[in-house]
Amino acid sequence: MQDKNISLLDLFLTFAKVGAMTFGGGYAMLPVIEKELIDKKQWMTRQELMDFFAVSQVTPGVIAVNTASLLGYQKRRILGALSATLGIITPSIIIITIIALFLKQYMSAEITERLFASIRICVAALIVNALLPFFKKGIVSLFTGLLFAFSLAVYFYFKISPALLVVFCAIAAIIHNAIQRKTAK
Amino acid sequence: MTYLLLYIEFFKIGLFAVGGGLATLPFLYQLSFKTGWFTTHQLADMIAVSEITPGPLGINMATFSGFNAGGILGGIIATLGIVTPSVIVIIIVAGILNKFIKNKYVADAFTGLRPAVCALVTIAVWEIVKVSVFDFKLYEQTSNLKDLFLLKNIIYLFILFILIRKVKLHPIVYIGLSAAVGIFVQF
Repeated sequence: MQDKNISLLDLFLTFAKVGAMTFGGGYAMLPVIEKELIDKKQWMTRQELMDFFAVSQVTPGVIAVNTASLLGYQKRRILGALSATLGIITPSIIIITIIALFLKQYMSAEITERLFASIRICVAALIVNALLPFFKKGIVSLFTGLLFAFSLAVYFYFKISPALLVVFCAIAAIIHNAIQRKTAK
Repeated sequence: MTYLLLYIEFFKIGLFAVGGGLATLPFLYQLSFKTGWFTTHQLADMIAVSEITPGPLGINMATFSGFNAGGILGGIIATLGIVTPSVIVIIIVAGILNKFIKNKYVADAFTGLRPAVCALVTIAVWEIVKVSVFDFKLYEQTSNLKDLFLLKNIIYLFILFILIRKVKLHPIVYIGLSAAVGIFVQF
């Protein structure tokens, strides 16, 4: 829903916060988005976030940026998309530049690997925790349960690209619901 | 001139890497061979640093590679380059979606997309868990099931998970805690 009450600055700052607190790639930002945008700001629901993720997966670019642009656009159209995107990339630019300028020589492979190994385990625990409520919203019927199991199986056996998987599930759902409507008549 | 080239190269990566930050890595390796802006060894270091610093991996990598190619301004330009296609495509897609969101076929499509997204996030977690708490390399050598599980890591994962569920602090608190633990404990 478009919402003029949300200022462009608010969009920028909120996504800067998400950017500054996300560690890792892609869905690693899920726990932070859940906390900041769903629980605190209530700018979107879990279901909407899932829809945004789906669109982000099949459109080009970094998932975090796509999701930010989508929400920004939803709230304040084009300027909103730009503010949210600038927000999510600003902390990266500042922090990485500082590291590249001053700190890189102190970040030995040994230290980065130690920190990485530990943070990685934490990110896994955080995503699992954030994922559980998603199952409740996404897997709501036998059919959606089957799609979920099918997606996992196809990915692990055939290493099919996630974008293709998403497109397949969308088409399957359209066909399934059309048949269901017909038989219900 | 380098700046313009940087912008164009990262624009292309943003346009062709579908599926998030990790999808940009093959393109970055290609860029390293093609331009010599950074070595593959530097690239490996950049990945490690990008994983332990805040910010989406794909964006950190863009800033880092841009910095290596053209200093502070290079980092900014590369980052703007990688997000430009995203923003353009999303604005177009979101505009179309807004028009058709009430269409029953679009609504149907999303009922199928949600379980797919659940699966994709599950896969993402599994990919992290796989490398964090299992040692497939050692297991392949010894075929001893005991060598497959990194017991300390599994216990740590379990403790963190219980803490997160029960205490419900902000995610960043647990990340900070883990960084501190990582200094003292080797996982």
